[in-house]
Amino acid sequence: MTRRKLTQRIAMHLLLVPFLIFALFPFYHMALTSLKQNKELYDRNAVPLLITKGPTLEHYTKLLWDTAFLTWTKNSLLVTVLSTFVSLVIGTIAAYALSRLKFFAVGTLGTGIFVTYLVPTSLLFLPLAQVVNSKWALVVTYPTFLVPFCTWLLMGYFRTVPKEVEECAMVDGATRIQALWRIVLPIAVPGLVCAALFAFTLSWNEFIYALTFTSSSDQITASVGVTSELIRGDIYYWGSLMAGAVLASVPIVVLYVFFLDYYVSGLTAGAIK
Amino acid sequence: MAIGRVGVAAVPARVSLRARVGNLLDREEWLGPVFVSPALFLLLLLVAYPFCMALYFSVSNAFIGRPSHFIGIRNFVNLWGSDAFRQTFQNAFVFTGAAVGFKLVLGLSLAMILNQPLWFKRLIRGAVLLPWVIPTALSTLGWWWMFNSLYSVVNWTGLALGLMDPPGPNWLGQRYYAMTAVVVVNIWRGLPFFVITILAGLVSIPRELYEAAEADGAGPIARFWHVTLPLLKPVLGIVVLFSTIFTFSDFNIVYVLTHGGPINSTHLFATLARQVGLETGRIGEGAAISLYLFPVLMIVVWAQLRFVRKQAY
Repeated sequence: MTRRKLTQRIAMHLLLVPFLIFALFPFYHMALTSLKQNKELYDRNAVPLLITKGPTLEHYTKLLWDTAFLTWTKNSLLVTVLSTFVSLVIGTIAAYALSRLKFFAVGTLGTGIFVTYLVPTSLLFLPLAQVVNSKWALVVTYPTFLVPFCTWLLMGYFRTVPKEVEECAMVDGATRIQALWRIVLPIAVPGLVCAALFAFTLSWNEFIYALTFTSSSDQITASVGVTSELIRGDIYYWGSLMAGAVLASVPIVVLYVFFLDYYVSGLTAGAIK
Repeated sequence: MAIGRVGVAAVPARVSLRARVGNLLDREEWLGPVFVSPALFLLLLLVAYPFCMALYFSVSNAFIGRPSHFIGIRNFVNLWGSDAFRQTFQNAFVFTGAAVGFKLVLGLSLAMILNQPLWFKRLIRGAVLLPWVIPTALSTLGWWWMFNSLYSVVNWTGLALGLMDPPGPNWLGQRYYAMTAVVVVNIWRGLPFFVITILAGLVSIPRELYEAAEADGAGPIARFWHVTLPLLKPVLGIVVLFSTIFTFSDFNIVYVLTHGGPINSTHLFATLARQVGLETGRIGEGAAISLYLFPVLMIVVWAQLRFVRKQAY
């Protein structure tokens, strides 16, 4: 590397620094707060950027044993896993039909599904608020934004599978469904993984439906529990609040670390909600 | 052997039924509708139907737990007499305009930096994308704490660097500061989408075009204006359209950070609709407020279908 190129490259990294601080500082501060002792947390003369009086796990133990945090997390997991699975199945067959088969009004249906993807949930939550107050309402309603997304994403993947591969199998006596199951789906595995990851993330992160359709402590999801149950009147338990925000993000962070490249490709394909 | 004969007769009948269904499912004009129908049913039931219900509520005086009557467009008209609504209407455009504008400029700059040769490229990209994957409601709690009136780390840093006069702004308690705060958090959370999408657009621009422009004597700025920007236009269009509709209909950030306050100065359509429709129970009025999102949605859908899908196929 020439000297000029090296300086240029270092300059680029320096330009990145403010962006990285902007992106990461909130997480650093959140984690830091959750580990601070109360006497340091509420000391206005202390430096807020560091832990100077020793870390503590008391906020975490308080969160786990004195609140229903584990129940909320269990609810979140149940809702997320079920709605992801259902949406993936419905989305896969719809995407296959829309991208591969010729039938009545196929183009209109494809456009219709794309349009429903753009309808924001904030337009629909009021009429739906009439439905029962239960986490099962979330299992039923989350697919409304997950299915259009999975369908849209998988249509792209199915189009990349050459038609000839499938036709070969059918000439050899396989039915269309067998060809889909044994030939097309195995080729489209990266697409399925990507769709599953995004569906999982979107439903784990969903807030407005969860806030509207669930209210009692045994039904709410993790993000609703942390944002509403941990705040009592005007007294905020900032340490436990931040501990809750950190812990409830852990499942997504774990997935993210392992599947970063899928997230990047999914985002490029238009996952935006 | 009567029994045996019955058995022989029964088996082909069953097989033929299965075979007939199987044959039908092997034909595209049957399998297609069968495969699409679960998705279609779900979306009709839980998107189209509630949307129609919203339309119905908006022209009625519906109130939680009371029979409703048709009142025409009175809800839509009466809203203009409410200070809270007029303020919200203005907020929605200020919020969307400022947030999308900053996201576009910052996103383009950051994408261009990331398109350069860098060390730890994967790690940097992972860090940049992180705000987008973490649940918004939870990360906004972190920002809420950062903007806290007594213990704000933003103010502490500002004071330490000499950028603010003590005690520093009360971010969530003063109207313009509160709006700035929600816009900043929206930029923070939405920037990754801009960066990653624009970066994908940048990578797909052929090197030869830059080399040709350079050979013709174009400097870096000319190359940006005459090569990068024109070729990025479709990508920028998609990103701005998508972002506009989701910024305009944003709920989470405002709900967690300010609840629309102080004095409605940060309310958006979605948060005001929830407050009016659910917290005070005037569902008809709430539905009318959320339907003000609809014209913007229509424009975005129209533009998407016209420009974007043409390129996708």
